[in-house]
Amino acid sequence: MLHKYRWYEYVLIYSGVAVFLTFVLAPFVEAFVVSLRPLSSLFSIPYRFITDDMSFEAYFTMWQNVPLLWMYMLNSFFIATVVTILGLICIIPAAYAFSRFEFPARNTLLGLFIAVNMFSGAVLIIPLFKLMQQYGLLNTYFAMIAPGTAFVIPTGIWLLRSYLVRIPKELEEAAWVDGAGKLYTLVRVIIPVALPGIVVVSITAFITAYAQQFIYALTFNSVNELNPLPVGLFQFFGRQSVVWNELMAASLVGILPVLLVYVFLQRYIVAGLTAGAVKE
Amino acid sequence: MAHSAKKKDYFPYLLLVPATLVMVAIVAYPLFETFRLSFTNTSMSQKFEYVGLANYEKIMSRRFPEVIARTFYWMGLSVALKMLIGTLGAVLLNAMVPGRALFRILVMPPWVIPIAIGVFIWGWMYNGQFGMLSGVAQRIGFLDAPFEFLAYKNSAFMATIVTDVWIGVPMVTLYLLASMQSISKDLYEAAWVDGASRFYRFRRITLPLITPSIATMALLSAIATFNSFDIIWILTEGGPRGATTTMIIDTYKTAISRFKYGEGAARTVMIVLFLGSFTLVYFMLLSRLAKRSPNNAA
Repeated sequence: MLHKYRWYEYVLIYSGVAVFLTFVLAPFVEAFVVSLRPLSSLFSIPYRFITDDMSFEAYFTMWQNVPLLWMYMLNSFFIATVVTILGLICIIPAAYAFSRFEFPARNTLLGLFIAVNMFSGAVLIIPLFKLMQQYGLLNTYFAMIAPGTAFVIPTGIWLLRSYLVRIPKELEEAAWVDGAGKLYTLVRVIIPVALPGIVVVSITAFITAYAQQFIYALTFNSVNELNPLPVGLFQFFGRQSVVWNELMAASLVGILPVLLVYVFLQRYIVAGLTAGAVKE
Repeated sequence: MAHSAKKKDYFPYLLLVPATLVMVAIVAYPLFETFRLSFTNTSMSQKFEYVGLANYEKIMSRRFPEVIARTFYWMGLSVALKMLIGTLGAVLLNAMVPGRALFRILVMPPWVIPIAIGVFIWGWMYNGQFGMLSGVAQRIGFLDAPFEFLAYKNSAFMATIVTDVWIGVPMVTLYLLASMQSISKDLYEAAWVDGASRFYRFRRITLPLITPSIATMALLSAIATFNSFDIIWILTEGGPRGATTTMIIDTYKTAISRFKYGEGAARTVMIVLFLGSFTLVYFMLLSRLAKRSPNNAA
């Protein structure tokens, strides 16, 4: 058989996978272990993974020491959700245009959109900061949502376009023959058929928006109540004496929602990620 | 509907309006503003003057060339490690062994979580007094005293790279895995029938067929790494003594921390030039690949 391995090949493969996954997952395990240990035993020498006094105490005390933790999580979720919705409003029609219509400069325009992916918020931070300042938009949700939206659009267009190309043209031609308007056809015929593709795009956009809030919030926002999770927790990270067990507990609780989303929807996420590798 | 294509049709342009508006407001206009600012001495106050190329002369004569070199060194090392580990990971996950579906799921978490949160965890691991890496290294006799990874130039440089690799590897792995799985099974079977060994099949079938994907991914990865901000900012803020100051970090410090918008903008223009040339290479690569095999560009 083609895929039959000898015993030493199994040993090689599994030990390779073990080393690889250790590199990927060890930080999470370490974070969990740290969250379970009291500070005093954390700061003991020599270093130990397991101690007798482990408990979930930090998961209760952190709500007092990081009083806005709920707010940070809600803000992160809110910002990512709005970015996704605004992104879809831009992505769906644009992807439809690129997949279905012949018009001059089509490929150039598509190339321009894709090229935007090569920049990041960090590159445009100076003019964006000045503009936000000028229009009084600093310290608002808008300041954190708008740049995020711009950077989910190119990948989204690329992903959804490749999905729409595969939908047979006869479908909308039939609708046009029946006298349906073009916009009506998009909303009532194409979008329902393209729903799986739109789901992939939404999830990819959401995860990107959730993962990349740091620099915008750090730069454009100084109101603690509006902070998303990464910047909210960064204040605790930056202190002289970091309460590590609570920071790790708060980090793990904070990433739990996205990890759950990932576990349930990982098939879509991997599909979107690999098809749309226009961006890392 | 051949006739409808003939007459002038504004519908596709209408469809592009929302996306274009966002791009103009958030990317194109700010980019133009950056160019304009880079010729001024804009800072906190409302008043500014056009100073010609002064900002560019300033950055070229100071330590900025060193920052550029460091950025490329940081990026090159990080991308090389990502590609190496990612390719090995993809080969391992491509093996038809029990548990592979689970392994594939377990690779992703570093990419799914907010970058900053992953970096907090690494911040703890690099902690010299009580962190895991220092502790474990002492246990196995690698170090005989606590070591503060982020306090020394070389170790801080490497530490930020390791964290960047950790965040970038899942993407590279899964992309190359997808590329390997798109290779026709018939090729392997034919080679197997001819008695080719597993290693021979990998070297003569898998590797040549995924080389375009490796090249594409390396370039995309380089662009993302060049843009990297969160990791260095959280771990070291560019320190110690500038050892991890890349172009992005230097620009941020100049403009946002020291309010020298004009000088920062000149740095940004340099960054845009570099990114622009990467993008050009990327498009050239894509069009060459598309010519070779039209069905599976990228």
